[in-house]
Amino acid sequence: MSYLIQGETGDWEVVVGLEVHAQAITNSKLFSGAPATFGAKPNENVSLVDAAMPGMLPVINEMAIEQAVRTGLGLRAQINKYSVFERKNYFYADLPQGYQISQFQHPIVGEGTVTLDMADGSTHEVGIERLHLEQDAGKSMHDQDPKRSMIDLNRAGVVLMEIVSKPDIRSPEQAGAYVRKLRAILRYLGTCDGNMEEGSMRADVNVSVRPKGSDELRTRAEIKNVNSVRFVMQAVEAEAERQVGVWEDGGEVVQETRLFDPSRGETRSMRSKEFAHDYRYFPDPDLLPVRFDDDFIERIKATLPELPDDKKQRLIDDMGLSAYDAGVLVADQETAAYFEVAAEGRDAKTVANWLTTNLFGALNKMSKGIGESPVSAQHLGELVGLIEDGTISSKIAKDVFDIMLETSQAPGAIVEEKGLKQITDTGAIEAIVDQVIADNPDQADEVRGGNDKAIGWFVGQVMKASQGKANPGQVNGLLRVKLLG
Amino acid sequence: MSLTKDDVRKIAFLARIRVPDERLEPLAGELNNIVGWVEQLGEVDTHGVEPMTSVVEIATPMREDKVTDGGIPEKVLANAPDGEGPFYGVPKVVE
Amino acid sequence: MSDHRDWTIVTAADALTKGEVSSVELTDAFINAIEAGQSLNAFITQTPEIARARAKASDERRKNGDARGPMDGVPIGMKDLFCTEGVRTTAASRILDNFIPTYESTVSGNLRDAGAVMLGKTNLDEFAMGSANITSYFGSVKNPWTPEGANANLVPGGSSGGSVAAVSGGLAIAATGTDTGGSIRQPASFTGLVGMKPTYGRCSRWGVVAFASSLDQAGPLTRTVEDAAIMLQSMAGHDPKDSTSLPMDLPDFRAACTRDAKGLRVGIPREYTLDGMPADIQKLWEQGAQWCKEMGAEVVEVSLPHTKYALPTYYIVAPAEASSNLARYDGVRYGHRVPGDSLDEMYELTRGEGFGAEVQRRVLIGTYVLSAGYYDAYYVKAQQVRTLIAQDFKNVFADVDVLLTPTAPSAAFYEGEKMDDPIAMYLNDVFTVPASLAGLPAISVPGGVDADGLPLGLQLIAGVCQEETLFRAASALEHAANFTARPEVKL
Repeated sequence: MSYLIQGETGDWEVVVGLEVHAQAITNSKLFSGAPATFGAKPNENVSLVDAAMPGMLPVINEMAIEQAVRTGLGLRAQINKYSVFERKNYFYADLPQGYQISQFQHPIVGEGTVTLDMADGSTHEVGIERLHLEQDAGKSMHDQDPKRSMIDLNRAGVVLMEIVSKPDIRSPEQAGAYVRKLRAILRYLGTCDGNMEEGSMRADVNVSVRPKGSDELRTRAEIKNVNSVRFVMQAVEAEAERQVGVWEDGGEVVQETRLFDPSRGETRSMRSKEFAHDYRYFPDPDLLPVRFDDDFIERIKATLPELPDDKKQRLIDDMGLSAYDAGVLVADQETAAYFEVAAEGRDAKTVANWLTTNLFGALNKMSKGIGESPVSAQHLGELVGLIEDGTISSKIAKDVFDIMLETSQAPGAIVEEKGLKQITDTGAIEAIVDQVIADNPDQADEVRGGNDKAIGWFVGQVMKASQGKANPGQVNGLLRVKLLG
Repeated sequence: MSLTKDDVRKIAFLARIRVPDERLEPLAGELNNIVGWVEQLGEVDTHGVEPMTSVVEIATPMREDKVTDGGIPEKVLANAPDGEGPFYGVPKVVE
Repeated sequence: MSDHRDWTIVTAADALTKGEVSSVELTDAFINAIEAGQSLNAFITQTPEIARARAKASDERRKNGDARGPMDGVPIGMKDLFCTEGVRTTAASRILDNFIPTYESTVSGNLRDAGAVMLGKTNLDEFAMGSANITSYFGSVKNPWTPEGANANLVPGGSSGGSVAAVSGGLAIAATGTDTGGSIRQPASFTGLVGMKPTYGRCSRWGVVAFASSLDQAGPLTRTVEDAAIMLQSMAGHDPKDSTSLPMDLPDFRAACTRDAKGLRVGIPREYTLDGMPADIQKLWEQGAQWCKEMGAEVVEVSLPHTKYALPTYYIVAPAEASSNLARYDGVRYGHRVPGDSLDEMYELTRGEGFGAEVQRRVLIGTYVLSAGYYDAYYVKAQQVRTLIAQDFKNVFADVDVLLTPTAPSAAFYEGEKMDDPIAMYLNDVFTVPASLAGLPAISVPGGVDADGLPLGLQLIAGVCQEETLFRAASALEHAANFTARPEVKL
């Protein structure tokens, strides 16, 4: 099923590539020893190097190199043992040096792949073009003073990994899935916290359109600094529609930088200047090329956690989960970890179901993440265990679960306390069945008369009379025997 | 490859240096003179020659990932021509 | 006290050690000399209070038996390109005319820690771009060798013009310089001093206002070769804050000044013979070769085939790097600011007013050669030719120990000469630039005077990290040359 925009002259496809800027998790900045943390007072996390004072010089942070290599491995990408930092020269108030130290001709990571898990269970491969390291810029605030903009350099020099995808994305849904998957991989690796609201991960979205079936690549526009998955998807849709409109009106899409305005649901052009983009890249003469050997890469490889795709495959192969369920569970590392604890020694599918349906549903209502779940993984597993060994029915289990959400108690304790153990003693059930049959002679005749559905009614009545504790299977069996002989 | 007045204007903008109109033509002449002189490098056969990266072959120095700097806003702002409390001020930028 | 213009670091250290003079007395003598020598315009900022305080501290240390070495208590000039904490640092530019660093450069800090007494910040060409010290926002420097009653001033050379004027004019015992294409060696040659540029990376560039990152090197300007060795020992050393800083331990430079040239192989590069080279210079060069032979060195002709391309290579690489290094001077965080209605206008007006003509020219050239469409043809090409130039040197150093050349293609000239054409000015560096491009250690030693009595220097160049060989040869050459001429300075 492909995403198409229905224009006046026909159908159009959208071609999307993403450049994601991910702040690497490090203690200090890329070229200075100032802190790389978020939320400090203005200009508190700034060194003289970050402020580009006369005579200041950069020194590479070794962790930045490690995090980039680690990320490259997570992207199944080529790791380049030789890379070069280059200066990207332009003027802007949040760029103290008048150039950004980045990588141009020789990035640290080359081509790779990200596999998207789509909602319908299918997968879609998106190619990675490259990953390079660069300095983040400072922040300009434009609303503090009517005539001036205020500059805070706390963020200037923080380690950014720019991850460039190939233009393999063909719909807003894929764009969203790509950002989510990329974020998951980075969080699994511990190389970026993926927090788009705080700005530690931002996306520049490149969009172009073409008539359905064509393989040409038309001019694209770049939508900068989109800071949520939802906005990425909306921006793709809004921009694609705009471009189709331009082409169909006989105009030409211009290569330019645009911003997505969420309140309007549309993109608008940024102030563009002639010659604004001659960056005059050249290797930074204050730095030597980055070089490392295979041993270095191997050492980092040895520290990698199991990545989402591998974990997903293992859940499918070893635990028999569906691709969809496995995909949902591994999308977030915390969820996956939770699942693995809960599913230890239990039926994986049942646990998966409880997790994704019951727990997620409850957490969403509470606006909590799985990290704040009142029900621990251990306890969820125990709950499923109690169902599996027949201690309680699944219906009762739902009630127990609700209590667990409120009290965070262990399920066993709740069952004991409230006396919710399933009744499996045939004699006890039989007594209740007999009573219900005796109390409802007309319905009994219905059943004997051939109305099968009425048995269900009797089951319901027996369950009610037993406060839900009777084993439904046994109830059904006994009713049939007693009513139908 | 002769630079015109217009070329100089563009380069001056790239470099953010205001050159008065009457200086553009003479400056073009001066720059052309220099550019013409350096163009003799075209005579040199550099086929297969690597551009120079460093004088001495040394391992690329790297820093341990520790916080060793920052926390000096008063120094960072000490020479600011237009400061506003903890910020640098610049003419308003419209995006 | 005898004529302070004759003090060297060695004689001063000796006198201080023996208690014949105190650092405070020495310092006061030079402060007075600076006062009397204002016409040289050698200093942009004088720091008499700091000097006296450091001199006093030095005397205290010495009294307690804690003297730190030969530089302790010695009054020196500091080129105003080194950021000095709490002391205005201008790079001789209007754009930094009010800049007071909150930090100390590594090199000036090393000298301070060695006990040297800073008399003030010496004048230079703006942002170190020049070879006559006529582009400074704070006015040109007068060469102390300017004859009495001359209509104009002789230039001291550049960019370290203030430093050499101070030392040769008797306003300081020694001074720091920086050398990118010859800015230590050429002015040393113009004023009869010793000027040395070490191997690229020996001295830290941290805190030195950057001109061309792959070429800039700090170095000493002194009266003698031994002084240069002593001063360099204090200046140089590995600095982890500078990624291009050499990690090797420093050899003992002073010990290398053995004056013994016996067995040394000295190369004379044939390509350094220029058309129309002044006869005096040719003669001195030949005299230099002769001295070497007389000292037991072997003198051979060698070839550095790409020599003629060194200057154009330099005038692509240096401006390119400078155009990027000077982008930070934008009026936002420090320095001069001209208000504007928009950010871009503020940038343009600030830099248009803040940078002088030569700096603007070089920034524009640099911007141009890096720009789209020209990068490969100019910058990459120049860096390739640079590799060939470095290879030329590497090849000859397989065969010889040092090279001997003139330092400059002329003696000091008058302000106003060579002004029609920037290239005429650039040609001042024809002999010094190649060693800069290759990152090699090089030194200018005063060899003699020309027909007008003006000093001429001889340059020695050694291989990468071969400062010991260089000091050995230089000390021998100095001894043979026995340069005793002094400027007729009346302060």
